[in-house]
Amino acid sequence: MAAPGNIPSPASDTGYRSLIGPLLLPTWAVIGIFMVLPVLLMAVYSFLTKEFRGGVIWDFTLAAYDQFFVTRGLFGDEPAQIEWTYIAIFWRSIWQAGLATILCLLIGFPTAWFIATRPAQTRGLWLFLITIPYWVNLLIRTVSLKFLIRDNGPLNESLMGIGLIDGPLPLVNTNLAVQLGLFYSYLPFMVLPIYAAVERYNFALSEAAADLYASRWATLREIVLPVVKPGIIGGCILVFVPSLGAFLAPDLLGGAKTFMIGSLIDEQFKGSQGNWPFGAAVAMILMTLVLIVILFYARAQARGVTR
Amino acid sequence: MKGVRHYPGFLALTILCLVVLYAPLAVVAVYSFNGSASITEWGGFSLRWYADVFTGPEAARFGQAAWNSLTLALMAATTATAIATAAALAMLRAGPFRGRQASFALINLPLMVPEIVIAVATLIFFSTIGFTTGYLTILLAHITFCIPFAYLPIAARLEGVEGTYEQAARDLYASRAQAFRLILLPLLMPGVISGWLLAFIISLDDFIITNFVKGAGMETLPTAIFGSVKQGIKPNIMAISTLMLLVSVLFVTAAYLVNRKSRQAPATKWKSS
Repeated sequence: MAAPGNIPSPASDTGYRSLIGPLLLPTWAVIGIFMVLPVLLMAVYSFLTKEFRGGVIWDFTLAAYDQFFVTRGLFGDEPAQIEWTYIAIFWRSIWQAGLATILCLLIGFPTAWFIATRPAQTRGLWLFLITIPYWVNLLIRTVSLKFLIRDNGPLNESLMGIGLIDGPLPLVNTNLAVQLGLFYSYLPFMVLPIYAAVERYNFALSEAAADLYASRWATLREIVLPVVKPGIIGGCILVFVPSLGAFLAPDLLGGAKTFMIGSLIDEQFKGSQGNWPFGAAVAMILMTLVLIVILFYARAQARGVTR
Repeated sequence: MKGVRHYPGFLALTILCLVVLYAPLAVVAVYSFNGSASITEWGGFSLRWYADVFTGPEAARFGQAAWNSLTLALMAATTATAIATAAALAMLRAGPFRGRQASFALINLPLMVPEIVIAVATLIFFSTIGFTTGYLTILLAHITFCIPFAYLPIAARLEGVEGTYEQAARDLYASRAQAFRLILLPLLMPGVISGWLLAFIISLDDFIITNFVKGAGMETLPTAIFGSVKQGIKPNIMAISTLMLLVSVLFVTAAYLVNRKSRQAPATKWKSS
C-alpha cells in the first residue's frame, strides 16, 4: 500500500496541461468536502459543549480536553489532578500497537526475504498467498480468529486433546487475545512493503560482504538492514497506525480490561451515554499522535533519499 | 550464488506466517460445512447452513444487506475509479505545476488518517449539515476513501506508459480525445481494472466508517454480520463468511491475472523490439 513520501516525477506533457484544473477538480471537491472539511469540523466539535442524547450545544469550552487530562474528584470540588483513566487507555493502545509491530516485523521480515529470494516462477505464487488474507474482510478474519481461540474452540480442544493442557486456556477477553488479533490483522501489511524493498536489493552487496569474510548474520545486520530500511519503516507504519486506532480486534476479542482508543471513541457516539465533544477530542488526540508518527517517517525517508 | 540469499529458519518462519494467516479462515471454512447446530461439535458434512443463508429466518435481512453492500461497492468503485483516473492524468501527464504536491497529499489523505477518525469526522459532518444518515451518506463516504486505492494502480500503470505513443498519435493528427480513447486508455486499462477491483473490495470490506454513518435500519453485509456476531458466532455466520472469503479470493485472483497480463502489454513489447 502507499506509503506517503516520494512523488513520482511527471512525464512530459502530452496535451493535458490545459486540463489540470478540470481533471483534479473532482478529487479536490470530493476529498475536500467529505474528508478535510469533516476533520476540521471535528476539531471545532472538540471545543463545544455536550448535549445529552448525543449532539452538541454551540458554546465553546475546553471541557472535553479537561475531562481527558484533569480530574477534580467525584464531585468536582477537589483540587485538579492528572486524570489517568484515558491516558492509561492511550498507553495500552500504544504498547499493544508497538508490540504488534515488533511481532509482525519478526515474522514479516523473514517471510518477505524468503519470498523475494524465490525463483521468479514461484515468487508470484508465494506473494499471492500473502496477498489473499490482505484483501479478505477484516471483520470476517477477526471473527474467525475468535472462533479458533475461544474457550471451547478448536485450538483449546486440540491442545487438550493431545494432553498439553488440562483445562481451556482463557484467551478471549485478554490483552493477549487483542495482541494476537492485531498481529494477525496487520501481518500482511508488514510483509508487502519489506518484500518490495528486498526485491530491489542488490545481492552483489551480500556477496561482497561474504567475500570479505562477514558472517551471514553480520551481513544481514550491517548491509541488508540499512539498505532495506525504508521498506521496514514503511511496514512498521502500516502496522502501527491502524493498530493504534483499531476497533474490531479489541472489541471482538477483548473485554472491559483491554479497552483501546478505538472503543473509547466508538462509545462516545453510541446512544444516550455518548459525549460527542469528548469523542471528537479523543479522535483529535489520536490523529495528532498518528501525524507525529507519519512526520517521523517522512523525515526518515527524506534522510534515506539524500544518503 | 544462492548462498547469500539463504538464511536458516526463514522458511520455517514463512510457513508460520502462512499458518497464522490461514488457520482461522480454514477452520471457519471447515466448520461452515458442519451438519450440527452446535458450533462446537462436528455433526458430519452438510450444506444446511448454506441453505440457511439463503432460505433461513435471517435470509431476508442478510439478503438486503448483501444487496446494499454490492450496489454501494459497484457505485463507489466506479465513481472513485473515474475520479482517480482523471487525477492520475493531471498528476503524471501535465508536467510540473503549482499545487501538485498538495494534490498528492490530498489523494493520499484517506490512507493516513485513522479509519475511526474518518468515521467520527464524517458522522459529525453529515449530522451538522442536517443530512439524514443512510444509503447516500455511506456512498459518499465510500467514494471518498476508495479514491487513493483506485489511484495507486492507475498511477503506477500510467508511469510505465511513455508519452511517446500519444505524441505519435497527435503527430498523426489525432485529437487529444482520440489519442486518449484509442491509445492511452487501452494501454492504461490493466491499471484501471486493478484500481476498480481494489476499490470494490475496499468498499465491500469497510465496517467502521459504514457503522458510524449508516444510521438506524440501514445495514451492509459487514454491519449485519457484526450485529449478529455480538450475540455469539452462529453456524450461518460461518457460511456467510466462507462465501465472502470466496468472493475476495476471486477478486484477488482476477486482479493478479490482469496484472500478469499487463506485463506483456504492447507498451513493453514495442519498446523491446
